[in-house]
Parts: sequence; structure tokens; C-alpha cells
Amino acid sequence: MIEVNAVYVLIARDLKKFVREKGRLVSTLARPLIWLFLVGGGMSRLVSPGMGMSYIQFIFPGILGMTILFSSIFSSISIIWDKEFGLMKEILVAPVSRFSIVIGKALSGTIISVIQTAVILLLLPFLGIKLSFLSVPYTLGVAFLLAFCISSLGIIIATFFENLESFSSIMNFIVMPMFFLSGAMYPVQKLPEILRHLAKINPLTFGVDALKHAIFRENHVYDFPLFTDLGVLIISSIVFVVIAGFSFERK
Amino acid sequence: MPIIKVENLSKTFDALTAVDNVSFEVDEGTIFGFLGPNGAGKTTTINILCTLLSPTSGKASIAGHDCVKEPSEVRKAIGIVFQDTTLDKDLTAYENLMLHAYLYDVKRNEMKSRIDDALYFVGLYERRDDLVKKFSGGMKRRLEVARGIIHRPRVLFLDEPTLGLDPQTRANLWEFIVGLPKKHNVTIFMTTHYMEEAEVCDSIAIIDKGKIIASGTPEELKKTIGGDVIYIRTSDNEKARSEIEKLFGLEVSEKDNELFLTTLKGDACIPEIIKAIGEKVLSVRLQRPTLNDVFLKMTGKQIREINGSSDDTIREAVRAYRRRHS
Ligand SMILES: Nc1ncnc2c1ncn2[C@@H]1O[C@H](COP(=O)(O)OP(=O)(O)O)[C@@H](O)[C@H]1O
Ligand SMILES: [Mg+2]
Repeated sequence: MIEVNAVYVLIARDLKKFVREKGRLVSTLARPLIWLFLVGGGMSRLVSPGMGMSYIQFIFPGILGMTILFSSIFSSISIIWDKEFGLMKEILVAPVSRFSIVIGKALSGTIISVIQTAVILLLLPFLGIKLSFLSVPYTLGVAFLLAFCISSLGIIIATFFENLESFSSIMNFIVMPMFFLSGAMYPVQKLPEILRHLAKINPLTFGVDALKHAIFRENHVYDFPLFTDLGVLIISSIVFVVIAGFSFERK
Repeated sequence: MPIIKVENLSKTFDALTAVDNVSFEVDEGTIFGFLGPNGAGKTTTINILCTLLSPTSGKASIAGHDCVKEPSEVRKAIGIVFQDTTLDKDLTAYENLMLHAYLYDVKRNEMKSRIDDALYFVGLYERRDDLVKKFSGGMKRRLEVARGIIHRPRVLFLDEPTLGLDPQTRANLWEFIVGLPKKHNVTIFMTTHYMEEAEVCDSIAIIDKGKIIASGTPEELKKTIGGDVIYIRTSDNEKARSEIEKLFGLEVSEKDNELFLTTLKGDACIPEIIKAIGEKVLSVRLQRPTLNDVFLKMTGKQIREINGSSDDTIREAVRAYRRRHS
């Protein structure tokens, strides 16, 4: 019971703060919309991915993936804030398992990411992008798995850093490469060979691919079977949670 | 009955031995003071006791549970107010305590009443719905003490609870720390580098450079200094001096036109001395030994020389700097 309580209260705390910081929802929604229209709109003139769709449509799952990536990583990185400003100590001396702490943190990042995904999906009709009705729950389900995977990866990253100076290195050397090597902007098959191999060890690649399955359904723009995508997301989530739990142990 | 037992505890960071073969016991229901200058190893010892650090060697147990082997049992038995604040500044006072109550599995139907009681106890009930970032240093400290007792711990650790507070707030905080053992049935383990604050402790250990250099009750420790010092000025110091020496068998010295002598129970001696000597007494004062004197005697240094008064200010400045540049 205590473990369930701990998971619950860690999620409640993050959601409460998310709701309080009204600017955060707006700014995290602004980024994907800007990308969709500036990058997607601009590139549509230059490239055509074929497959019977415009570039702006093609990158839509990738932009959702980006939203989930940023929002999940940000949520997990808040652990570094908590270390710097002390609350982490209060959590670590509580009689709860380190795994509950990791799961609570990962779920709060997941829920916030799924909320953002849902808001973007709600905006779609106004942006002239059509989505079949069944795609919505399907997309949210995939978003949940991907967000949980990225959030738990974010927790591992956060345990290695003690202060906020490291934030920009995390963005430059982890988050941005993950985004560009994920098939979000271009099909993985079209990447040069070395980058293609790198893309295949990136969990975001499989998340974006699963989002392509969910959004385009019959349209064959994906790189891997759905079964592979979901398998990779689930297995890597479990591995990340275990590693994160152990990396929280005392020194 | 000792509730905290520490045996030959050591902790080494790379080449530095922060805690060096430390042993002590703390009895249940008492206030134990762990005294020493900055960098003596107080916080490191607390971190080991509260299961955040593992010791390099030695043993520690709280309420019969080993701090290394049964961390979960130890965590249930303790509450901690860390040296640096560990509140969530973006939550309200009430929400911070709620977070704590959930993490410690306080029963759902008792949660509200326990939080309210704790808030009343520290005088913050009226401010319960304010964000913690609006609180002063003293209010944050009080809130942390309230948080520390919500789950009814058997031992409450207070690491430098009065650091950086103004004298008035310090005095107030002390008043209710001293009331804690009776009201909340808890043993207090506190550290400080203000020696005068430790007078209220039932027992004390003085630590310097990782080693315990003295321990006992404040009275016992002060006795090692040799007792109180009485200063007397009379109309004829020479005569008075020889009278006191003859009648009481005490050694009397003179400095700056003032006689002084060391004795146990100085307050009781003063009337005797005044009655006994024929000379007119112009002034009398009594100086009791302080724990600072004990520290001075044990180490040959004043604790103030080591601390330097500006360390808090420097720490604050460094934190502010890091915040700005992140
Ligand atoms: N994590 C750490 N790594 C290296 N040295 C440390 C660490 N924590 C404390 N120390 C060192 O151990 C010594 C004791 O520190 P501490 O226990 O914080 O002292 P106190 O609380 O008595 O002021 C200091 O010299 C400090 O620099
Ligand atoms: Mg300290």
C-alpha cells in the first residue's frame, strides 16, 4: 500500500505543478505547431516523400514524437532540480522502494506527455489534418508507451547529473540527436548506413514508427512491423526502469 | 535504553576521512547534541544514520535496526530536518506535509488531523495554503520540523536547525525543539556549531576532524574545565586575597586590579566569601565555563576561529550564482 501511495503522490505533485505553471502547456504546445508549419510547410515545397502524402503530413507523427520526447525528458530532468533544491533527499529517506520513486516519476512524465498529445490531436481538425476516429485512441495508446519509455530513460540520465549546468549538454548531445535519428523528419530507410544503425538503437525511432502505424494505418509509410515497435518500447521501458532503480541506490 | 548505537563508524571520501572511528549511544527520550566546527563530519554521520550514505566501516543502528542492512525499518523510525532546506517551494505548506504523509504511509483518515496538529504546533496553521517560496527562513525551518514529526518518528534528526536564522527566530525555534521529546515522545539528535546552543542537551559529543574528542552531559564536560570563576574587587585586594586563601584553601590570583579564583558551585561560594572577608567588597562577578571553553581546552582552538562567521553568506552566494548561470 505504501508503494502505491508513493507512486500516487509523486504523480499528484508533478501534475499539480504542471497545472500551476500555465505557461508550460502553452510553450510545449507552441513548439510542435511551429515545427509543423514552418519546417513542414517550408519543406513541403522542396521534398515530396511520395507515398501519396505531403511532407507536412509525413512529419506529423514525428512532431508528435518530438512533443513526447521533449515533454518526457523535461519531466524527468526535473529530478536534477529536486536534487539541487533538496526535495530529492526528502524522497530518498522515505521508507519507499526506489522502484516506486522511479515508476511514480516515469508515470507523471508519461501522463503529462499524453495530455499534450491529446491536446495536439484536438487541434488537428482546425489545422485541416484529417484523422480517422479509431486513430485517436490508437495514437494515445502508443503515446503512452513511448512517453513511459522516454521518461524512464530521462530518469537514468538525470541520476548522472548533479546540477543544472549539465542541462544544455543533455539537450545537445542526447535529446537533439535522438530526435534527428528517429525517422521523425525522414524515413529511416533513406538514412546513410551508419546513421541507420544508430537509428535502430534509438527507442524514439520505434515510437515514431508506431505513431506512423497509428496515424496512417493502411498507408504503408512505416519502417518496421508494429509488433517490433511495441516490443522494443515495452522491453526497453522495463530495462530502463530497472537501471534507473539501481542508479538511485546510495553511494 | 539506547535508541541510537554507533560503533567504530568511519567514512572515507577518496583520501579524506570525514568520520573517523566514531562511537556513541543516545538514550531514548533525550536530546543529544553533536557539536563541532564546520567540516567536522556531523552531516556525514547523519547521512549514514539516515541511510543516505553507507559507512566505510563500523556499525550503526536505530531502534534496534541496522542502518545498512535494514534501511527501510530505519527510515520508518526517523524524521529528519536536513541542513539545507528540502521543501518543494512551488507547493503550499499543506501540500508539502501531504506529500510527506503519503510517502510515510500515514493512515488516510488520520492524515488531515495530523497535518493540522503539526501546523498548529509550529504556528503555521494560518499560512497553510501559502506557497513555500513566500516563507522566510525561520518559517521554512519550522515547517520542516512539523514535517519531520508527522509520521511520529522515534528519532528526529536536526542538522544545524538554526543555521542562518536571526537570534529572535533562533530562540523561538529552540523553545519548541526543547519541548519536542515530551510532547511527541521523540528522541532528538541535533548538530550545531553554535556551542552555546548545546546547553539544553541532555548529552553531548564534541567532534573535530572526524573524531569524537569529548562526550558527556554539559555539566560533566564543563567540570573538566575545573569549575566556575569568581571575580572580586575589594577595598584591599592584598588582604582579601590572603584571607580567602587561608579560610577556603583556594588559590587566588589577581589581574587588572581584580581577584579571581576557580571553584565548583561558584554561585554558592560567593555569599560565603563575602561573609568571611573583612574588606569592603566593591564588585563581584561569576563566570561559568561554557562549552566553548571545553572545545578550547580539548583542541587548543576557539571554535569561532575555525568557523569564520561568513560561511553561510558564502554558501548562499554560491547557490545564487549557480542558479543564475544554469
Ligand atoms: N560527498 C562528499 N565527497 C567528498 N567529501 C565530502 C563529501 N561530503 C562531505 N565531505 C567532506 O567531509 C568532511 C566532513 O563534512 P560534513 O560531514 O559535511 O561536516 P559538518 O557537517 O560537520 O560541517 C568535509 O571535509 C567535507 O568536505
Ligand atoms: Mg553539516
